[in-house]
Amino acid sequence: MNLYRAHVLVCAGAGCVSSGCQDTQNALIDEIAKQGLDREIKVIETGCIGTCDLGPVIVVYPEGVFYRKVGADGAREIVKEHLLKGRVVNSLLYRNPLTSQLVQTYGEMEFFNRQLRVALRNTGIINPDVIEEYIARDGYEALARVLTTMSREDVISTLKQSGLRGRGGAGFPTGLKWQFAYNEAGPVKYVVCNADEGDPGAFMDRSILEGDPHTVIEAMAIAGYAIGSEQGYVYVRAEYPLAVRRLQHAINQARSYGLLGQGIFGTSFTFDLDIRVGAGAFVCGEETALIASIEGKRGEPRTRPPFPAVKGLWGKPTIVNNVETFANICPIIIYGPEWYSRIGTEKSKGTKVFAVAGNINNTGLVEVPMGMTLRQLIFDVCGGIPDGKEFKAAQTGGPSGGCLTKEHLDVTMEYDSLVELGSMMGSGGLIVMDENTCMVDIARYFLDFTQDESCGKCTPCRVGTKRMLEILERITAGEGQDSDIDTLMALANNIRTTSLCGLGQSAPNPVLSTLKYFRAEYEAHIKEKRCPAGVCQSLLSYNIAGAKCRGCGLCARVCPTSAIIGKPKEVYKIERNKCVKCGACVEKCPFGAVARA
Amino acid sequence: MKTVEDLRKLREEVQQMTKLRDGGAEVKIVVGMGTCGIAAGARETLNAFVQEIAVKSLSGVVVTQAGCVGLCDREPIVEVNAKDGRTIYARVTPEKARRIISEHVQGGRVIEDWVTRN
Repeated sequence: MNLYRAHVLVCAGAGCVSSGCQDTQNALIDEIAKQGLDREIKVIETGCIGTCDLGPVIVVYPEGVFYRKVGADGAREIVKEHLLKGRVVNSLLYRNPLTSQLVQTYGEMEFFNRQLRVALRNTGIINPDVIEEYIARDGYEALARVLTTMSREDVISTLKQSGLRGRGGAGFPTGLKWQFAYNEAGPVKYVVCNADEGDPGAFMDRSILEGDPHTVIEAMAIAGYAIGSEQGYVYVRAEYPLAVRRLQHAINQARSYGLLGQGIFGTSFTFDLDIRVGAGAFVCGEETALIASIEGKRGEPRTRPPFPAVKGLWGKPTIVNNVETFANICPIIIYGPEWYSRIGTEKSKGTKVFAVAGNINNTGLVEVPMGMTLRQLIFDVCGGIPDGKEFKAAQTGGPSGGCLTKEHLDVTMEYDSLVELGSMMGSGGLIVMDENTCMVDIARYFLDFTQDESCGKCTPCRVGTKRMLEILERITAGEGQDSDIDTLMALANNIRTTSLCGLGQSAPNPVLSTLKYFRAEYEAHIKEKRCPAGVCQSLLSYNIAGAKCRGCGLCARVCPTSAIIGKPKEVYKIERNKCVKCGACVEKCPFGAVARA
Repeated sequence: MKTVEDLRKLREEVQQMTKLRDGGAEVKIVVGMGTCGIAAGARETLNAFVQEIAVKSLSGVVVTQAGCVGLCDREPIVEVNAKDGRTIYARVTPEKARRIISEHVQGGRVIEDWVTRN
């Protein structure tokens, strides 16, 4: 085997694919060949490294130099300078947003060195299409140990001891779920992986499937052994074509190595895996709707009990676990439950992956120990709010969760503390909002999503969310009525208590939590017809302050609807009926004479 | 793959594939690859190091390059960072590279005759 002196990792997560990493990679390979370095330097396509807004991202090992926003030209420069002459290309390095200093290596970036990667341990480090790279990093060792040295009961008690809880949202103890399925009589049972990640902005499950598919396959086989199942299904949405392709490739590889199929590792254990592609309905992330969808029925939830562990897929005992939950299983087996339970807090063990987005310097995926405070996560790991703006709120748990405010910055991020504040962990979406965010508009946005995704089976959710959305649209359009807040509260409580599944039960959360913490903003919209954050267009008006206007005419030239009239060197005027409130004039005016109110 | 032993044997074989990315190397060999170094044959020296490490399947040893350090007439210059500190060798040919691996990196003895000092 040829030994390479350097490995160049090119991130090929879906984020970097959209920012053009394929061109970067082609240029890299081409230039390496041109310089005659192709026997010394290996180019490896990896899964998501986590810094999605910096893509295309390249990491050069053994030094671990981290390059961001590398286009084709940048890739050629890296080959000619760094790989040939050993000179780091400063212009492509990352700059710390707070200190403005250049950061050379991966390990020196606060974004990475404050993380603890368990579920993401291989993502962005190995080539997901090469099973040997997974095996080199202890891949399939956990399955080997389980099958040859542990009883089924041992596996379940190990999981219980570890304290692992489901990462899909509700946080149900994983060991207990497996125990319930184990207790049921066989012979036919199923293991299902829920990869129907639907929260807007959450993409950790996609990244794991794209970057480390074998960890899910191995963990599902372990689950099969523990509960007594020979067949698993991964239910993944069709919007994730790259994840589907890499997972299918990994399944084929595992089969050809005898790691799936009959008599794994020479034992009598048999397990196989298939992918079921969903059409991307949000409700299919709910386990009973997901099961119905695999069965070929309409994706609608049903009442529980019976829980899937008793009566699931085709009426057989079934466990449904989330991708990130499965990604934690192998390290627990290899390093032991004591190791795992030392990470995190008393009731929330281990780490959690957060998908951080919104008004924040470092967006992307971060994995940190449970119990880190919101402040540490936003300001230390993710570099704080850009442009010196104030932090206003953070939405956790996606459309099912709620918002946390400035007063909650020191809350520890774990299942129970978030629920106490009216939010939830959910799948780990974290949307950060600065002072220029309108909370009524945010609530409207999330409700628009859940209303659209309601499956329509039960009335409170189908009709209730529609009525709530209408009220929120009315408020943001400046037509709010005095009774609106009370009506919203009443509807929210009805929907929450009478809906069949988690989608409806949690749909009012964004409205309830913004009402709880930002009621004054709702009142300003309704009573004063004013949007304090300056977001809701219908409530805004633009005026030119005569004292500041020098009559340069720039505003009139930039206005797309010719709504600004006037003569050079005289004060210009905005005609209200023509103005579409795009704000172009505000940005263009060199004297700050255009005011938005 | 039929047994657990098969898996562990394969792991041994393929571990080199990802080791470079783990960090925590015990020995770091830095080859001067400025224009002056390349002209003096640093490419061949660097490849000799890499090949020797592969042939002997040494673990914990990485090879990287650096730019010109300003001692152009003594190129190829090689810096060995190991437990015994930082040693700088001058005019390292592929032949010398192989000896540095066996005597210094593996044997722990600095080859004083080749060391360069300011």
